[in-house]
Amino acid sequence: MGSLFRSEPMCLAQLFLQSGTAYECLSALGEKGLVQFRDLNQNVSSFQRKFVGEVKRCEELERILAYLVQEINRADIPLPEGETSPPAPPLKQVLEMQEQLQKLEVELREVTKNKEKLRKNLLELIEYTHMLRVTKTFVKRNVEFEPTYEEFPPLERESLLDYNSMQRLGAKLGFVSGLIQQGKVEAFEKMLWRVCKGYTIVTYAELDEPLEDPETGEVIKWYVFLISFWGEQIGHKVKKICDCYHCHVYPYPNTAEERREIQEGLNTRIQDLYTVLHKTEDYLRQVLCKAAESVYSRVIQVKKMKAIYHMLNMCSFDVTNKCLIAEVWCPEADLHNLRRALEDGSRESGATIPSFMNRIPTKETPPTLIRTNKFTEGFQNIVDAYGVGSYREVNPALFTIITFPFLFAVMFGDFGHGFVMFLFALLLVLNENKIKLNQSQEIMRMFFNGRYILLLMGLFSVYTGLIYNDCFSKSVNLFGSGWNVSAMYSSSHSLGEQKEMVLWNDSVVRHNKVLQLDPSIPGVFQGPYPLGIDPIWNLATNRLTFLNSFKMKMSVILGIIHMTFGVVLGIFNHLHFRKKFNIYLVSIPELLFMLCIFGYLIFMIIYKWLVFSAETSRVAPSILIEFINMFLFPASETKGLYTGQEHVQRLLLVITALSVPVLFLGKPLFLWWLHNGRSCFGVSRSGYTLIRKDSEEEVSLLGSQDIEEGNRQMDDGCREMTCEEFNFGEILMTQAIHSIEYCLGCISNTASYLRLWALSLAHAQLSDVLWAMLMRVGLRVDTTYGVLLLLPVIALFAVLTIFILLIMEGLSAFLHAIRLHWVEFQNKFYVGAGTKFVPFSFSLLASKFSNDDLA
Amino acid sequence: MTAHSFALPVIIFTTFWGLIGIAGPWLVPKGPNRGVIITMLVATAVCCYLFWLITILAQLNPLFGPQLKNETIWYVRFLWE
Repeated sequence: MGSLFRSEPMCLAQLFLQSGTAYECLSALGEKGLVQFRDLNQNVSSFQRKFVGEVKRCEELERILAYLVQEINRADIPLPEGETSPPAPPLKQVLEMQEQLQKLEVELREVTKNKEKLRKNLLELIEYTHMLRVTKTFVKRNVEFEPTYEEFPPLERESLLDYNSMQRLGAKLGFVSGLIQQGKVEAFEKMLWRVCKGYTIVTYAELDEPLEDPETGEVIKWYVFLISFWGEQIGHKVKKICDCYHCHVYPYPNTAEERREIQEGLNTRIQDLYTVLHKTEDYLRQVLCKAAESVYSRVIQVKKMKAIYHMLNMCSFDVTNKCLIAEVWCPEADLHNLRRALEDGSRESGATIPSFMNRIPTKETPPTLIRTNKFTEGFQNIVDAYGVGSYREVNPALFTIITFPFLFAVMFGDFGHGFVMFLFALLLVLNENKIKLNQSQEIMRMFFNGRYILLLMGLFSVYTGLIYNDCFSKSVNLFGSGWNVSAMYSSSHSLGEQKEMVLWNDSVVRHNKVLQLDPSIPGVFQGPYPLGIDPIWNLATNRLTFLNSFKMKMSVILGIIHMTFGVVLGIFNHLHFRKKFNIYLVSIPELLFMLCIFGYLIFMIIYKWLVFSAETSRVAPSILIEFINMFLFPASETKGLYTGQEHVQRLLLVITALSVPVLFLGKPLFLWWLHNGRSCFGVSRSGYTLIRKDSEEEVSLLGSQDIEEGNRQMDDGCREMTCEEFNFGEILMTQAIHSIEYCLGCISNTASYLRLWALSLAHAQLSDVLWAMLMRVGLRVDTTYGVLLLLPVIALFAVLTIFILLIMEGLSAFLHAIRLHWVEFQNKFYVGAGTKFVPFSFSLLASKFSNDDLA
Repeated sequence: MTAHSFALPVIIFTTFWGLIGIAGPWLVPKGPNRGVIITMLVATAVCCYLFWLITILAQLNPLFGPQLKNETIWYVRFLWE
């Protein structure tokens, strides 16, 4: 069998890494992804480990790279992602890289800061220009106007006072002008009125275009205001209020020439600033572009480096403090690859003393490694989701590849739906190289990962749909039905045959709404339909009566065979772990129990199918009643299925009753007998030495000695038993629980397989209802506008088929098939208490820019 | 309507699935996936054959017949026979 049947044998190896070559050796190991490191410094906190400084350095580099990536993304520069991932950098390059990156970061930060400052400056200048422009309109000044007379300006004039006349009044007039945010204008005005009590005049106007606020960067609307006041005190108060409301205040020009000068000056300065800003942005972009070329490979290199240092932290130093010792789990098949990787690493770093490895024996349970390819990975994931297999136990995934889609298909069986599912999965499989790169959504990724499972599910559903004779709820008549309606008519039979038969004629047919065909009349039933269910059942009103009986019996038969197969797989486990007593004391009683009761049930079902027919249908006993009566021993002697039935059933019950106590007590009693001095073949040689708790070396020496001499005395597995502490109560309890669980589970799990019937019934009925409610209504409409109506009807039918029947029913059948595998099948043999082998491999690190990088 | 024999389908399907399940494993080329493919072939053959066999055995000796509406009876008689 392929390696999918069992997990691979693993061994524990010690790597001796010279301090000069440790980094390169680990880099070579990481590229290959062969071994899993064990943490030798578990009681050391992560801050006290040897290579903490290097890890910190890597994290600093990561931080700089993340900042770079952020800036590059902000400037909308495309980031090229390379195809191959570069190897971890050698130690000499690391310092250089660090310097480069730090310099780059400093430069970037400076340039960005300058840019921000320039921008802020620019915005202020722009605001000043706006303010000047707008306040110009406030003051309706006519340059040539010369006051020829003195008078107070009329109050109706809404604009401000001409400041000429204000000067004449002799007061010292001051102006405060600036910009204020739109939301604060009213409050500002009110505050001014309250505080200054009418000694100020405020005018404001809205700016048409919204400007950017230099501090927050939002684009909001501004109001330009001009406050004229007289008096020093008022001036201070006004300025304080302006500060309070975060107004941007700019100096107000006194004369027109001043205003013009300021405006011209501002314009030139703005132009200059624009140029400088553009140049700065260009330079920044250039720097980022250059960085973007190599940032991707840098990120990967730093990640690999950090991973290597994490692994180095797990190693311990030997006594001479010059050599690192690492303990790794390595699959036995990969041991020579491991040696070669160490040699390569040593050679690359140019050390004089190469690193080497040494295999050490261990009693710990290694992790479980099962090599999968892209096809078997999905099925292995289904099994692993329940529990990773224990070391070297039989892997149910090998059989799940076929039984899971098959059980799904039994529940889903529809030719049309299965075909649609198959096409969808085929689409995914044929385009898998393209889709693999852009997987973003969780749900689509799940569908993509399960594409081979979907493919097989669809294929099997097509087959079961063919057998159920169900295609979008309609049956297909390929070979001609085996039921003959004409033979029910009295005209088809001669008068001589018509004696006791209830036959039809035209008036009988016209007056009875429903009539039932009678298979006991010759010619009515002419043989079973060769492929699947006869198509006439689709037209029958008592279709479910027949189908229910058929599907229930089918579910029970399939279930019992599936569970028996599970028990048989357990035998393989016992053989492998060399506990043959388990086979005789556990597996055989389990098999006997299951087969004597439920195997007999299957026999009764098939017997009834073969022996009883329409003529004897009146006396055909119900299987269920017979089965129950097998246990109840009823007083009345009903005619059973066959002669001698009671004797056979009594015999089976005796065998069952005998196997139950063997199941309960056999294994504990046997182990107790083993433990308490027995005449076990060849055990005296190793018996007394091993009861002493010697050093590991002695045990391992004895172990190797026994291995050399062959394992003749391994039949009972006695050596392993005597090494452990023997607790009779615990073993008895465990076995009792297991036995009770098994015996009761046999009945409940068999009944649980009836979900195969239930779900296929539900699917068939849903499919039928959809047809009856949609397509039949659409097809019955008159041809005048019926064709047009049919288009939306078909569209609706397709959409509902996909969503309800394919997705909802598909998920439901998927779930129940998983349940049947995880509980009913796997609890017959699977322990699933192992840990998964996670090798130190760079390919397991994320190779794309994930959110972790930017966090 | 059509007389169907029982023996002929049994022979055909048994040979068909027997070829797939028993002869197929000998034809699988050597490679890393040989064990997986053999298991798949045998499991498929067993499951599908069993499913078909149960279906045909269930219909071999029917204890009751289909109950049809009278329109269906008339139409079936007209169309199929």
